[in-house]
Amino acid sequence: MSLHGIGVSPGAAHGPAVLVHTTLISPPGARTSDPEGSLQQVVDALEAVALELESRLATAPEAVRPVLEATAMMARDPGLVSGAEIHVADGHGPVDALHLAIEEYCGMLASLGDSYLAERQSDLRDIFQRAAAAMLGLPVPGIPSLRVPSVIIAHDLSPADTATLARDLVLGIITEAGGPTSHTAIIAAQLGIPAVVQAAGVLSAAPGRVGLDGSSGLVITDPTPEAAESLVARDRARIELQADGVGPGTTSDGHRVQVLANIGTLDDALLAARADVEGVGLFRTEFLFPDREQPPSVAEQTEAYTRVFDAFAGRKVVVRTLDAGADKPLAFANLGEEANPALGVRGLRLHRELRHLLDDQLEALAAARRSTSADVWVMAPMVATPSEASWFADLGRAAGLPTVGTMIEVPAAALRSGQVLADCDFASIGTNDLSQYLFAADRMDGRLAPLLSGWQPALWSTIRACVDGADGKPVGICGEIAGDPLLALVATGAGVSSLSMATARTGLVRAALRRHDLATCTAMLQAVLESASPEEARHAVMALVDKDLAAVLA
Amino acid sequence: MITRTATIASSVGLHARPANLFVQEVARLGVPVMIHTGGKKPVDARSMLGVMTLGAKHGDIVTLTSEDAGATEALESLAAFLEIDHDAA
Repeated sequence: MSLHGIGVSPGAAHGPAVLVHTTLISPPGARTSDPEGSLQQVVDALEAVALELESRLATAPEAVRPVLEATAMMARDPGLVSGAEIHVADGHGPVDALHLAIEEYCGMLASLGDSYLAERQSDLRDIFQRAAAAMLGLPVPGIPSLRVPSVIIAHDLSPADTATLARDLVLGIITEAGGPTSHTAIIAAQLGIPAVVQAAGVLSAAPGRVGLDGSSGLVITDPTPEAAESLVARDRARIELQADGVGPGTTSDGHRVQVLANIGTLDDALLAARADVEGVGLFRTEFLFPDREQPPSVAEQTEAYTRVFDAFAGRKVVVRTLDAGADKPLAFANLGEEANPALGVRGLRLHRELRHLLDDQLEALAAARRSTSADVWVMAPMVATPSEASWFADLGRAAGLPTVGTMIEVPAAALRSGQVLADCDFASIGTNDLSQYLFAADRMDGRLAPLLSGWQPALWSTIRACVDGADGKPVGICGEIAGDPLLALVATGAGVSSLSMATARTGLVRAALRRHDLATCTAMLQAVLESASPEEARHAVMALVDKDLAAVLA
Repeated sequence: MITRTATIASSVGLHARPANLFVQEVARLGVPVMIHTGGKKPVDARSMLGVMTLGAKHGDIVTLTSEDAGATEALESLAAFLEIDHDAA
């Protein structure tokens, strides 16, 4: 059976299917007449959970280890056992007793009015699910330990799940929920694991084997050997095509478009630095400000930025200052609850409320820049007006950062790019947020994914207006669409000067650029602008695409 | 039972990182210690969850107790630990 989802990380794969169980275990309401034995079951199950989490430490990416360690420590917390002890003494069975104990702590954590502590509830409930599964002999929720290379099928994956994926054992990922900008999609693309999201019906098909093409979004359940082979053949053709995609980004007639990498952690930076990319188009700095009580010091930030800039010595690195707000809360930057966090005090708006955070970050960036040869550009997130952009540009230059710019995520800024860029050196369009605000559609809601398609003609009207208004100043794209080879051509036609994407996508984008001239790219943009729907737009562009590229994408 | 009070010095109160450090210190000393604040029920000081849910803020007074008569020195050292700001960089 064939299914169509959205391809979010290129590559083809087929292999044994592993279904990830996301049905949550409820306490069975059982009674016990053996409190001691029941308590021992709880103790053993919690210890097994802690050991299982710790067993993943060796293979987990560096950034994930603290999360695993903290969760294992919580599983061993004597408070859980003493809580369960009271409930088994009352006659509750072991699973119910642990559930009651955990929910008591969740209630207390929720009542403290602290967002960091409130979030620990989900860690505790995850521990309950794992321990309950162990006690009831049910499959453990989340991704089981894989023994052979397999394709993972799930409703959706939690950040903790995606963070612990073992690249050598995960052939591919298929989810029924999620969108192109979901956590699953972003992590899969960064790890180079083929992935398809929004593949409705794949779980109920419960295949034994499955094939997927992470470029086209095609999923084949229990494929015949021939069908699986043709998926792989197409992938091989893609790799062959990609062999052209080396060196700087350029169209067949020599029009230059920089091909850059998006990075979000030191690990990402070191990987991307070894790849054939012209630099970094989006360095997200949030990773330095994780679950902690105090912001990192200037010295700590300087050290981290220096490591990234050193890795990209002689290349361009575009840094985005801290993009936090009610939707990405931080203990030290919490301005309280907001009814619409995506529309609230986030990005530059938070910088203005908490100036010391921005001042420290700019000071650290300037210090790191002085000690390396990277070409450092700095930009602010969530700029809406010319005065906001000028405010940031002045602060950046005063701090000793000569190249200062702005993200374009708010439609108001895109439409008035001339004025917004008056005091700036460059702009970078964040298409994920720009789409969300342009279409009034929450990026986290998979049901709205069609509105957020990169093929929406209105998105391209906005992008073109932004580039035209910029009057020759560099305008890049650092949203997900930059990594789609067809949309990269459309962007080139719109006059975008750089494209920044997950490192794994750079090869095919460069190969696509090499096979088309600027006039064809311009015609593709025109075709999109004249279309009435995303489907029509993609169809019209496919008609103009080079046949080798079309064969790989079909 | 022996008792000792301490004033929380950490600017963010006794949770997350400071709580974690405190719990580790209790475990290192290896004596049975309970901790409570205000009218709340005493909790096992080896339990990170228990300590976090006290919700003790900067400047709050907490009480450490132990049934082990030989734990005076340990309580002194834990009280001193709480009276240092572990968030100060």
